[in-house]
Amino acid sequence: MRTSAPAGVRIDVRGWGWRHASRRAFAVRDIDLVIEPGERVLLLGASGAGKSTLLHGMAGLLGGGDEGEEVGEILLDGQASALARDRVGLVLQDPETQAVLARVGDDVAFGMENLGVPPAEIARSVRPALDAVGLDVPLDRSTSALSGGQKQRLALAGVLAMQPGLLLLDEPTASLDPTGVIEMRDAVTRTLGERTLVIIEHRVSTWWPVVSRVVVLGPDGVLADGDPDEVLSAHRERLDAAGIWLPTPQHDGSKASIAHAGRALLTGTALGVGRGPDPVAVDIDFALHEGRALAVTGPNGAGKSTLALTAAGLIAARGGELTAEPALRGALCAVPRRWRSRDLLTRIGTVFQSPEHQFLTATVRNELELGPRALRLEQGEVARIADQLLERLGLAHLERAHPFSLSGGEKRRLSVATVLATSPSVLVLDEPTFGQDARTWRELVALLREQLAEGRSILAVTHDREVVDSLCDDELVLTRARDVNR
Amino acid sequence: MTLLEPARGDRLVHRINPVAKIAASAAIAAALLLTIDPVSASTALVLELLLVPFAGVPWRSLMLRVSPLLVAAPLTGVTIALYGPVSGEVYGGFLLATISEGSLALALSAVLRVLAIGLPAVLLIATVDSTDLADGLAQTWRLPARFVLGGLAGLRLVGLLADDWRSLVMARRARGVADVGGVLGRVRFFSGVAFALLVLAVRRAGTLSTAMEARGFGGANQRTWAREAHFGTAEWAITAIGVAIAVLATVAAITLGTWNFIGAR
Repeated sequence: MRTSAPAGVRIDVRGWGWRHASRRAFAVRDIDLVIEPGERVLLLGASGAGKSTLLHGMAGLLGGGDEGEEVGEILLDGQASALARDRVGLVLQDPETQAVLARVGDDVAFGMENLGVPPAEIARSVRPALDAVGLDVPLDRSTSALSGGQKQRLALAGVLAMQPGLLLLDEPTASLDPTGVIEMRDAVTRTLGERTLVIIEHRVSTWWPVVSRVVVLGPDGVLADGDPDEVLSAHRERLDAAGIWLPTPQHDGSKASIAHAGRALLTGTALGVGRGPDPVAVDIDFALHEGRALAVTGPNGAGKSTLALTAAGLIAARGGELTAEPALRGALCAVPRRWRSRDLLTRIGTVFQSPEHQFLTATVRNELELGPRALRLEQGEVARIADQLLERLGLAHLERAHPFSLSGGEKRRLSVATVLATSPSVLVLDEPTFGQDARTWRELVALLREQLAEGRSILAVTHDREVVDSLCDDELVLTRARDVNR
Repeated sequence: MTLLEPARGDRLVHRINPVAKIAASAAIAAALLLTIDPVSASTALVLELLLVPFAGVPWRSLMLRVSPLLVAAPLTGVTIALYGPVSGEVYGGFLLATISEGSLALALSAVLRVLAIGLPAVLLIATVDSTDLADGLAQTWRLPARFVLGGLAGLRLVGLLADDWRSLVMARRARGVADVGGVLGRVRFFSGVAFALLVLAVRRAGTLSTAMEARGFGGANQRTWAREAHFGTAEWAITAIGVAIAVLATVAAITLGTWNFIGAR
């Protein structure tokens, strides 16, 4: 490293609020908060409470008047945050869009170059920054060849090399498998030093041992603030009601599904799956039955999402067979890949890994009505289905919003709701609980349990242990083919 | 995406500052665009072919990269032979097409030209890594860092577009709106997907620019470059080779009296 770890930054948030230019309501407002140098703060709040907005405000990245309206101010060591960007390191949630350059070494150097660090010093700092986060790859390795967890640690190395006094982490482990989560947390803990840390994470138990203070955001400013365990004991019920994840298990241990499985709907026999000609996973056997849920788990890159797309009849099998049983297919052929698009609607519904790929209309309501309309249901019925789902999933106040303008958690709920709208017999869900707060999580799981009780079947790809425990009857663990062959 | 991947290696030609390679190709192109005659182009082409073994591009990769040229050049030739200006003896014709002595000569010159200008461009660009090119453009040619690095970072996202396209088509199928009949239905369907792809690309670009700004890009600081782009002997040498080919081709054409200024036609 260039110098010893820098001193922490003091954050002063004074009556701060922000309204996105496209929205009438403020995303976040009336925030008064002082964070002392070296504090490690966990920022909590319900889905859509404006946590990310506040963090971007601290990073000075919200932009000017055409992006939105700002009230109050955020000061970093007395200086407006937009002018103190070089003191802040920000790591975002999505591993894909954080690497800027094509080679690992260049990417770490990128931030230092922008700060005007002399080339000789950059050359000395790159390797130590990578070592500090435990990323032992050659400097000319392609950044797109890294795993999700490695990409996040690369992003961390990139900002650490800039020697920021304030480290901001916006759900840095949300897309990672359990191993990646631990590696990332340990890398942060190891390199933190005297820096101030503010982190947003829904699954608090991972970071609970690291943080020294918890700040809870509500609709009207700061809801609770203080020592983690004290906040927890003093406000447990309020936090619970507000949908804040607490470091305790969420499920009640009971399973919703009926004791004995119903008829088989969809079976995979020695199935091989892949997006290109070569399979990423082979010899997969599974069966989906009425009223039962199957969890598909395993590390990033094991082929879980590819299996989901294959089971959903969207890509062809790369070996073996995927068979739709008579109870599912009715008069159609046994290969879902050959069905018409409209035939899928009532048979197999799919929630994609990235919700943005599956939104087709300009408002939340239209999005929900699209499927029922394609089934040519009558208008009254279409509206009834949409109303019900809007209400259940806490999206009613957003019915006229553009789907792309929703928060990450809201987008995910909407994508699940669009699938439920046509009541398919088989639900294929890729990370259905991604980005949810405790309350929306419970509502989502309850809704999925109802689907099981009504005799539908679920295949859920997930890293979320509690989904496996509280919803699923069987678990299919995929391993990376590379790992097996080694 | 083999065509987007540069041919790598550790020979000198792989390490040369890309802007020198661009300068060399540009010198040849400029000389050959001033005149249209068979002598200058064939002189340049012969000299270039002699240099192919030293270009640091494996044969298989070379054939793949040159293949578009091998298709484009004859097509150019046929078009000009049929529709080029008529002069000299007329050999035959059909509707608007007339093959004459003049149009055949012009066609030959054009084919040689496409090859002579295309070959060095393909050869030299084949060994250019986009990151090195950005270093060269920004440091040697002093183009604005915002423009160069923005383009470079954006280029990295191009590979994701193909995946996005597949996902968008799949999502439409899953949502029950992919049963399209007829040509018109297909056109509407794919233009819908194309528009969605555009929206996604713009959104992703926004995310990327946030990630870049978060790392101090576009700030008030004077930017430094971790790797200094040098312009030394090797760079001057490759530029000189390009200029030499250009000069030899022109001199050969003038000596044999075939050089004709393109604007004079």
